[in-house]
Amino acid sequence: MGKHNFGYFFHEGLSNMFSHGFMSFAAIGITVACLLIMGTFTLVAVNANELLVDLEQENEILAYVDDTYSDTAAKALQSDLEAIPNVASATYISKEQATADFSAEFPEEAMFQDLDPEIFEDRYAIKIVDLEKMSETCRAVEQVTGISEINAHEEIAGGFITIRNVATVVCVALIAILFVVSVFIISNTIKLTTFDRRDEIAIMRMVGATNGFIRWPFVYEGFMLGLLSAVIAFFLQWGLYAAVAQGVDNNDTMQLIRILPFQQLWPAVAGIFAAAGILIGVGGSLSAIRKFLQV
Amino acid sequence: MIRLKDVEMEYDNGTRAIQGVTLTIEDGEFVFLVGPSGSGKSTIIKLLTGEVEPCAGRIMINGFSVSNISGKQIPLMRRTLGVIFQDFRLIEKKTVYDNLAFVMRAVGARPKEIQKRIPYVLELVDLAEKADRYPTELSGGEQQRVAIARALVNNPNTIIADEPTGNLDPDRSLELMNLLVKINELGTTVVVVTHEKDLVDRFGKRVITIDSGHVINDSVGGYVGGRIHG
Repeated sequence: MGKHNFGYFFHEGLSNMFSHGFMSFAAIGITVACLLIMGTFTLVAVNANELLVDLEQENEILAYVDDTYSDTAAKALQSDLEAIPNVASATYISKEQATADFSAEFPEEAMFQDLDPEIFEDRYAIKIVDLEKMSETCRAVEQVTGISEINAHEEIAGGFITIRNVATVVCVALIAILFVVSVFIISNTIKLTTFDRRDEIAIMRMVGATNGFIRWPFVYEGFMLGLLSAVIAFFLQWGLYAAVAQGVDNNDTMQLIRILPFQQLWPAVAGIFAAAGILIGVGGSLSAIRKFLQV
Repeated sequence: MIRLKDVEMEYDNGTRAIQGVTLTIEDGEFVFLVGPSGSGKSTIIKLLTGEVEPCAGRIMINGFSVSNISGKQIPLMRRTLGVIFQDFRLIEKKTVYDNLAFVMRAVGARPKEIQKRIPYVLELVDLAEKADRYPTELSGGEQQRVAIARALVNNPNTIIADEPTGNLDPDRSLELMNLLVKINELGTTVVVVTHEKDLVDRFGKRVITIDSGHVINDSVGGYVGGRIHG
């Protein structure tokens, strides 16, 4: 493709886009909507995943040591616990330490101060690697001789895992459906352009234009429609995300939810939107022009 | 040079449009291809331009074997031809100049070549003054001359005119045919498909008559064959 052809293709693609203003507007609108829905679900999944990682880091299993075990015997359990798959670390907390921690947690409650350590048990604070394997890890910890009981928030972990998995499945399904819808709409928009220009295409073919020469202006048109949609969708997504983050921040009941700042996500969002927009635009163009190039 | 040897063409609906046609048109010739409606003239044009493939036989056009041409070679073969249609097929939203420029761009001509070639071709068809007009602002005769200019602009070896006078009055038809003769005298092979007996007789050129898919006459002089239905 020569330099002068690049200019010609670009000019033709741009003028096609404007000469079918309404259809171009419709195609951009639909693609923006599709990208926004795809982007929103992806960002929900990303944030859910991030919360899960936080929870994995914060959530710990408390494993209580049998009362009959001496301090030395209790400490000796550490290697058994750390040998369990999915256990990241097992920290020994003596009953004295547990008493002190508890009192420190409620400094203003007089009745929780000066407690007798004997009402507490020696314990291990166990951190795990993968929250999804929490149940089986709990069962394995319970099996260790010397562990009398465990305390773990399995339901909370399960809830987060369900949210993440549902968000991921919905996200993937929506992305697939919306991608096909966008390609179909862009394809039909460009089909109208090609139909409007069928005489021109027939003449080009008759004088010996190659399929590539005929195809390029339509590819450029699709490229520009896709890219423009991606740019618009990016800024709308930014605004939407900022508004939701602000709303969550201001809501007292949602203080547990930490929303990732958009500044941390924008390069990935911009890249994915641009790639998806261009792919939708160019894919739609190629599928539209294909039948006009068969003879 | 155009050469058809034992060419057969049958459409998907079973119509046998061409049956065993053999003919040769040498470089620089002026040939009328005549015959009644449904005789197979249009099919011969489609075969020559590579729009349809023959079922049997061989077709050679300006060094390309059309009967077994590859997809990539078809555009190259078509660049050796200039085609003129009865309905002109000009692009209404482009000016006369742009109608010519876009077919030059389509074959990869550079802007400087385009700027140099178009005024020359428009001069040849006597439309130099109308370069900035749109087709709808021109008469039928002028539109057909733009179509001729477009066929000529890529400097083809052969011009194929399919009923070029079909939409013109007798005076404009004669004018147009004189223009095609002038182009032929400059060295371009010209094949004119027509059913206008008077025009054919007036020019005394080679006439190939087709009927029911067969060549029934090939001679110099005038129209041969009784049935002319347009």
